[in-house]
Amino acid sequence: MIGEDPVRILSHPILGEAEPRRRLTFTLDGKEMSGLEGEPIAAALRAAGVMVHRYTKKLQKPRGVFCAIGRCTDCVMTVNGRPNVRTCVTPLEEGMTVKTQRGAGG
Amino acid sequence: MKRYDLIVVGAGPAGLSAAAEAASLGLGVALFDENARPGGQLFKQIHKFFGSREHKAKMRGIAIGAELLAEARGLGVEVFLDSPVAGLYENRELLVRRGDGVRHYKADAIVVATGASENMLAFEGWTLPGVMGAGAAQTMMNLNRVRPGNRALMLGSGNVGLVVGFQLLQAGCGLAAVVDAAPHIGGYGVHAAKLARTGVPFFPSHTVLRAEGTDRVTGAVIGRVDTDWNVVPGSEKSFAVDTICVAVGLSPSAGLLKMAGCRMRAEGPGEVPERDDDGETSLGGVFVAGDVSGIEEASAAMIEGRLSGLAAAAKLGFVGGEALENRREGLRSALGSLRDGMFTPKNRGKIPASTSEGLPVSESLLTNGYLGDSEAGRYPGVKSAPGVHPVLECAQNIPCNPCRDACPKGCIRVEGKIIALPEFVPGSGCSGCGMCVASCSGQAIFLVNEDIGDGKAAVTIPYEFLPLPAKGQTGTALGRSGAPLCPAEVAEVRLIGAYDHTALMTFTVPREFAMTARFWKSEVAR
Amino acid sequence: MKNDRVRDFGEYVPAPDDDLIVCRCEEITKGEIRKAVRDGLFNVHEVRRFIRCGMGLCQGKTCARLVKAIIARELGAPVASLSDATGRAPMRPMEMGVLANETGL
Repeated sequence: MIGEDPVRILSHPILGEAEPRRRLTFTLDGKEMSGLEGEPIAAALRAAGVMVHRYTKKLQKPRGVFCAIGRCTDCVMTVNGRPNVRTCVTPLEEGMTVKTQRGAGG
Repeated sequence: MKRYDLIVVGAGPAGLSAAAEAASLGLGVALFDENARPGGQLFKQIHKFFGSREHKAKMRGIAIGAELLAEARGLGVEVFLDSPVAGLYENRELLVRRGDGVRHYKADAIVVATGASENMLAFEGWTLPGVMGAGAAQTMMNLNRVRPGNRALMLGSGNVGLVVGFQLLQAGCGLAAVVDAAPHIGGYGVHAAKLARTGVPFFPSHTVLRAEGTDRVTGAVIGRVDTDWNVVPGSEKSFAVDTICVAVGLSPSAGLLKMAGCRMRAEGPGEVPERDDDGETSLGGVFVAGDVSGIEEASAAMIEGRLSGLAAAAKLGFVGGEALENRREGLRSALGSLRDGMFTPKNRGKIPASTSEGLPVSESLLTNGYLGDSEAGRYPGVKSAPGVHPVLECAQNIPCNPCRDACPKGCIRVEGKIIALPEFVPGSGCSGCGMCVASCSGQAIFLVNEDIGDGKAAVTIPYEFLPLPAKGQTGTALGRSGAPLCPAEVAEVRLIGAYDHTALMTFTVPREFAMTARFWKSEVAR
Repeated sequence: MKNDRVRDFGEYVPAPDDDLIVCRCEEITKGEIRKAVRDGLFNVHEVRRFIRCGMGLCQGKTCARLVKAIIARELGAPVASLSDATGRAPMRPMEMGVLANETGL
């Protein structure tokens, strides 16, 4: 069900009703989560209330979505073992392993 | 190496237009875009556009995007998505990422339409999750259909800040304030007024001092700045917000041109390519169109794209003579009419003392975001009349005239240039059809019947929020400033296809509020 | 003028907002940029190479203009007198393996 996540926009005055989409499951730091087919990883995380995507290398500060179009690279995470994946432009896939990235990852 | 007559880089409004124009003249065109979807920012722009019919005015960005894409594809343009252009070299050679490798392409002409990126402002806490570009918020809500947060603060009152601020409200996210370091609101007054009448406060001459929170934003602190941009001690104000959106301007993404050795010139904090009237740069056969050559509205970008596509076709001998001259003249004149009025690029940062009609500009609109009740009557669209009639609260010279074309009775006059302020023609027989209300991209037209009997007046407002109120529902009428005025009962809610998702909501108020009640809220606080 | 190495800009004086992060990727602060200018690096290119601001994953897409403005203020020169960093391929981040996998020559 799309309606499970409170920040999802189900009805919109201009865009209309959200189309039903398949739920996909993935893990975040080992914890099972779900998102919708066709959406970027970052959208699924935001919908699930996850704001912190990584902690920086020097100062270990939290970072999240900042540009949402794949430019700023703030939202990178380790996905399927690969570090520095831009979650705002990478589509969610069934069974993905997503990890909060620390530093340069790896 | 794969060759094309024309390669366009960037499938936004400018790039799609350039590709379509050139393909329509017989060029073999390839279009590369780094994103998974074409359209650039158009598919996030859910608001109605300004301009005139020839500029696709009153259409929403999403619809314009779909139309342009269909046109380009229909004309045989090859659209390559997920294909970032990594380099531009001598003799119009491109290096493009395709899948797990890179490929070389060559073209006789190239149009670079790579758009712009958002400027940023560094403040304490700006790296916290929850601080984001206004464009990011727009992408999250309008493409991904996920609210960036539940309550936001907008830094920047240019059109991007104002439009995205309204979209936040439409998505069900509260907007605590719009803050701008400049002493005046930077974007269109009508965009500001849409926010102000819902109760969103504006803080000109203020900036964000810090974002609060440890792992995510939990608040924002703003402060007033003096004329030297120093923060005035003791002026701090706090807001409980989970999102801070930054909309402090855009800068051209001209990296490809710079790497290719294009002559650049400084503009604002960045550099833009030097170009001629058709968009040709110092690199022969390499053209630019849209925001990459200087920031403007998407309407202008689309015409620039057409002009550069046309010029490329002319250069390669696909069009010439009278056909070329006529088309070019038409496009230039369409562009000229958009580049007029108080917000034209050459007037950026300047505030005129009066409109082109010689009327004093509204100081309240520029600082508070709404027309003062005592100022409104100064403008030609705001006049009392018997029976139902439109009240056009259009107080700035913006290139726009769909209201005139929308009225089947000829009730609305926009004399001369399209930046002229609209005027209601008394006695022209307004039927209350509401087409003007729905056509106004600035949502600045209201239908008013100042006397419906029983000491009541009826006010019809454009309403783009959910849920739509029901007939008979009681609520509160708000003034232009968003201040509650009086009880108001919903008399009618109309939403027909021709209104294009803008509902027309009519409520009744005591007669004395006919010319001041401009928004409605249900009594039940959300 | 702005590249006059003997011009004396005076000593670096700490400012209250020196610890503000400017380059988000490489976590370079305003103070580090100001110091770099005082150390004799007078344009975007040099500062970039010296302290790595704008050299991270995003390649300066977010901070380039902020860095430029800080350098200009430190030099007392107009922002327009400084040029942007040199553009080089690849203009978009990509793995070396992708860049090396070149076809269609």
